[in-house]
Amino acid sequence: MPDGFIVTFVKAFVLANLVMLLFAFLTWAERRLLGRFQVRLGPNRVGPFGLLQPIADLVKLIRKESIMPEGIHPVLYIAAPAVSLFASLAVFAVIPFGEQATIPGTDWQIFLWISNPSVALLVVFALGSLSFYGFLVGGWSSSSKYSLYGSMRAVSQLISYEVSLALAVIGVVMMAQSLSLTGIAEAQSRDGLWYVVPQFLGFIVYVVASTAEVSRIPFDLPEAEGELVAGYHTEYGGMRFAMFQNAEYVALIAFSAVASILFFGGYEGPWLPGPVWMLIKMAFFILIAMWVRATLPRIRYDKLMSIGWKVLLPAATLNLLVTSAIVAWRA
Amino acid sequence: MAVVDSVKGFGVTFRHLFRKPVTQQYPEYKRPVYPRFRGRHRLHRHPNGLEKCIGCSLCAAACPADCIRVVADENTDEERYSAGERYARIYEINMSRCIFCGYCELACPFDAITLGHDYELAEMSREAMVYTKEMLLEPMHPSRTTPVAPADPFDVVEPPQ
Repeated sequence: MPDGFIVTFVKAFVLANLVMLLFAFLTWAERRLLGRFQVRLGPNRVGPFGLLQPIADLVKLIRKESIMPEGIHPVLYIAAPAVSLFASLAVFAVIPFGEQATIPGTDWQIFLWISNPSVALLVVFALGSLSFYGFLVGGWSSSSKYSLYGSMRAVSQLISYEVSLALAVIGVVMMAQSLSLTGIAEAQSRDGLWYVVPQFLGFIVYVVASTAEVSRIPFDLPEAEGELVAGYHTEYGGMRFAMFQNAEYVALIAFSAVASILFFGGYEGPWLPGPVWMLIKMAFFILIAMWVRATLPRIRYDKLMSIGWKVLLPAATLNLLVTSAIVAWRA
Repeated sequence: MAVVDSVKGFGVTFRHLFRKPVTQQYPEYKRPVYPRFRGRHRLHRHPNGLEKCIGCSLCAAACPADCIRVVADENTDEERYSAGERYARIYEINMSRCIFCGYCELACPFDAITLGHDYELAEMSREAMVYTKEMLLEPMHPSRTTPVAPADPFDVVEPPQ
């Protein structure tokens, strides 16, 4: 068994690349699925079923000129997409994909997570909101009014929905008596009940608020192309634009992973190994996000605010109060 | 009831997921064009093989885009190209300027030029967009033909009431 640091490094390397691969596949899957939702075919030219389309896109984006517009702040302009991508990817450091596994051909036992801190959920939310710094800084440093509007929207949206998101999650934390993601997953298999059932209101609030957190339709106002050209990434092109896009998809994958741990029991499940269950549950959430994208139009900005503050926050608070009352009564 | 309507919307999109896509896969499937579609020009011949065009340049005069160039020459008994006294020694159409209005077709007194059905006119250079007489004259090169829809549904004299 090699040294702990090497194991962690290799796990991080493998996981980061798998997430990138998943991102590439997701762009293909989303375009194909949206096509079918709109009675089109979607990309089907590059490779079998268009599966090599992400590679063609990548080659195109890499070959593009890296434009530096006039009047920007060069350091922040370059750093912003990297910050977003890093923050979104870093969430995967604390997401467990299973418990223990033996590497085939050896007797090495490894844990299927990179690290398992007791406050994993806090780390997830801290990093999740960190990626908005990239959006804010990117929009601000571009010296463009559309970018600035987009980043301001991104930040006010984050502030409005982060509160409900955290309150929705606290219900789960109280039931599981743990902030650790493995602890929450184990608590659900111990109770024999996925928390989506007792925490249904919290689940709904979480799904809506996390859609706003990853700024997907119907909450994609930071990059509303009808009003703001492309929002905070208006002035970005080539790979820098791709990194913003990448950060958004990786955040979607991360929030799907967290949702499947919090409400659907995570890697716990019968017959199949843990990572398979985890991927099935994540795929469920991602498909829901795509279905939502195919169905709902972008909502108006004042509606966004009033849903956040007048619907989700009271609902999350109600959920929190009822849950805490029940938990206290049981104890 | 905005919430109920939104949920109904999910049902609508879900049903559309199972419909057959309406996409036409273009290079493999070419949708037949309307019978009177105005595409790339053709220069016609008489049944005995002589060209119908006599080089009168009326098409060039009628052309609003000024894309036709005709240089006429005399037919001789040894070298006879057209049925008339003269023939078009040079007949060029600049396809990058042509607006496919069909005025050349209307102006022609001998029905020598008509607009065909082919629309795949992309070329790699501007020079190649100037189509010469050899390219326009029948018979056409077979690789650039376009299917045409049957004329019957469009062949209505009286508009339906």
